[in-house]
Amino acid sequence: MMSRDNFILEAEGIYKSYRMGTAEVRVLKGVDLAVREGEFVAIVGASGSGKSTLLHILGALDKPDKGVVKFDGRDLNRLSSSELNRFRNKKVGFVFQFYHLLDELNVLENICLPVMAGKSVVGWLGARKWAKKRARELLSQLGLEQRAGHKPYQLSGGERQRVAINRALMNEPELLLADEPTGNLDSATGNGILEVFEKLNRAGQTIVMVTHDERIAHRARRIVTLTDGKITG
Amino acid sequence: MYKVILAIRYLLKRKISYFSVAATALCVFVVLVVITVLSGLTSQFKDKTHLSSGDCIVSSRSLVGFPYYDEFIDILKKEQIVAAASPVIKSYAIVHGITESGLRRVFQNDYPKEIMGIEPAAHSQVTEFGRWLCYNKANAQNVFKQSPDSLDPNLAGCVSGIGLIFERDSQGNYEIAPELPRLKVEVSSFALTAKGALARAGAGEVNTKTFYLSDTAQSGVSGDWSRFYLPFDQAQMLCGMATGPKRINAIFVKFRPGIRLEAGCEKVKLLWERFVKSKSGASQAELLENVRVQSWKIYNRSVVAVAETQQALMIIVFGMIGIITVFVVFVVFYMIVGHKTKDIGVLKSVGVSNGGVLMLFLGFGFLVGVLGSGAGAIAGWQFLVHINRIEDWLFVRFGFQLWDRTIYAIGDIPNAIDLKVLAGIILSAIAACLAGVWIPSRQAARLRPVETLQVSQL
Repeated sequence: MMSRDNFILEAEGIYKSYRMGTAEVRVLKGVDLAVREGEFVAIVGASGSGKSTLLHILGALDKPDKGVVKFDGRDLNRLSSSELNRFRNKKVGFVFQFYHLLDELNVLENICLPVMAGKSVVGWLGARKWAKKRARELLSQLGLEQRAGHKPYQLSGGERQRVAINRALMNEPELLLADEPTGNLDSATGNGILEVFEKLNRAGQTIVMVTHDERIAHRARRIVTLTDGKITG
Repeated sequence: MYKVILAIRYLLKRKISYFSVAATALCVFVVLVVITVLSGLTSQFKDKTHLSSGDCIVSSRSLVGFPYYDEFIDILKKEQIVAAASPVIKSYAIVHGITESGLRRVFQNDYPKEIMGIEPAAHSQVTEFGRWLCYNKANAQNVFKQSPDSLDPNLAGCVSGIGLIFERDSQGNYEIAPELPRLKVEVSSFALTAKGALARAGAGEVNTKTFYLSDTAQSGVSGDWSRFYLPFDQAQMLCGMATGPKRINAIFVKFRPGIRLEAGCEKVKLLWERFVKSKSGASQAELLENVRVQSWKIYNRSVVAVAETQQALMIIVFGMIGIITVFVVFVVFYMIVGHKTKDIGVLKSVGVSNGGVLMLFLGFGFLVGVLGSGAGAIAGWQFLVHINRIEDWLFVRFGFQLWDRTIYAIGDIPNAIDLKVLAGIILSAIAACLAGVWIPSRQAARLRPVETLQVSQL
């Protein structure tokens, strides 16, 4: 069920702290954020402001100490671990700064990973044909069709990130979460990645992107500034 | 499916995992070879011991022996479970050989030898006596008969243990001459009365009888170096057991095929107890009280138990190698998991559960176990197939022998693999790998994705 304001994602009063030695570091201090379906939101902030932590909490990779995260109106805190696994598999796709492709798998296998993760061996055998076809379509859309059989180490940084985007999109998630997706790329390559995001967003993909770079953030339709663990703008 | 693909790829791409495969293979190889050889040796030894004494032995604790044995043998022969029974005289004697030229010779040494009085036909039915003979295999029942070709045609024959006549070569085979040496055999023993006193103590003489050497017997047990087989009646006279109610030292009993050893022995024991009761008050009946009914294993426990204990100890010692395998696999997987935390984070970010990660690494460990034990089993099998050839080569090239065949009664090194043992070793190796991988796998499964993904982003 979609909420009244058509928010796909809502975070209310998110608190998160870490223990570093004997000291407690308070990273998020009551963050409120709502994202509408089809939005492209950039969360911008200085290093250590809590952007990545917030993104992980929004994608259910981490749990807040306090506060509620709702996806399609469902409180993520109330989901069982198997429901959370299904949520991460079907509803969200992650793009990381360092791509995080699995070195042992080739490009096609990396892209198919979310389908493999969501199915049993028998299920995968049934879906394999479809999955490979979709993975090739995605590769084709990002100009990587010739790279399907390559290993990650044989690709450039930009190509790796595009493969990572394809992996994130494989299960057609409602929400794409990107953590400094251009942070490890040169400006021209980074620009290409942002163009991909813009294109996806124009096609209706909801995207939340974290960046410390104001110029990159401006490629999004809405910018949220995180300062010292709080939304300030 | 990712579990299968990643487990295989981790195995192939992570060279360190080859160490755990190699450790597992080495462990399986060593344990398989050691268990096969030791079990083979022990089985051979037990089989030979079994074949030299039948299934069940009714024996006296005393050299004096016990009477009425023929009546009890008749009772035994009427029983369905009994295939054959053989009366046996067992004692000790000083034995000398006398050559054609009249020279006296000792057999290995002049220590007392064991003498065993037997009826060759009956004894061949209970034991493998007939097959042990080197020259009269087809004519075992006549092995003690007088021979016109012997040094004295009036003498009865006797059979010596083969090691008392012939030497072993470096391969462990006896160098059996085409013809048996022409020898008289002088056997001197102390005859005992039913009371246990020396029968001829007053005369100050021992009982001496002379035989001709009619054959040698190769049983593969200690008797080959210390025993002479004599005609039953002659041995009985020699030991002073032929007077009054005739006595013997033991009855060797063989059960029919399919009779369980314990059940058969229990039945014979019951029959013996009834027999003893029926003889109550008879002359020398008190000697029957000294008689035990035992299975061949108990009867020979002094030698069988030692072999079994040694085998068990060796298996325990080499089984400990399995613990080393667990440790090696644990260390290797601990390192692999340490290097794969990023992958674990990525997998969890695409919805893989803790159980999925656990199964992935357990599958990896299972693969290591299957490949390692498979390689070890194949290597062990090939080594065992060629073990005797390898030993021969080592002996020819370097003079090395695992067991000095001139000393030990071992022919070929046993190399028949017991498939049940092989399956047990392989399953244990896989279980050891799973045990080694269990802790690192649990650790991997419990990793929170942010712990692995965030580190690189700080």
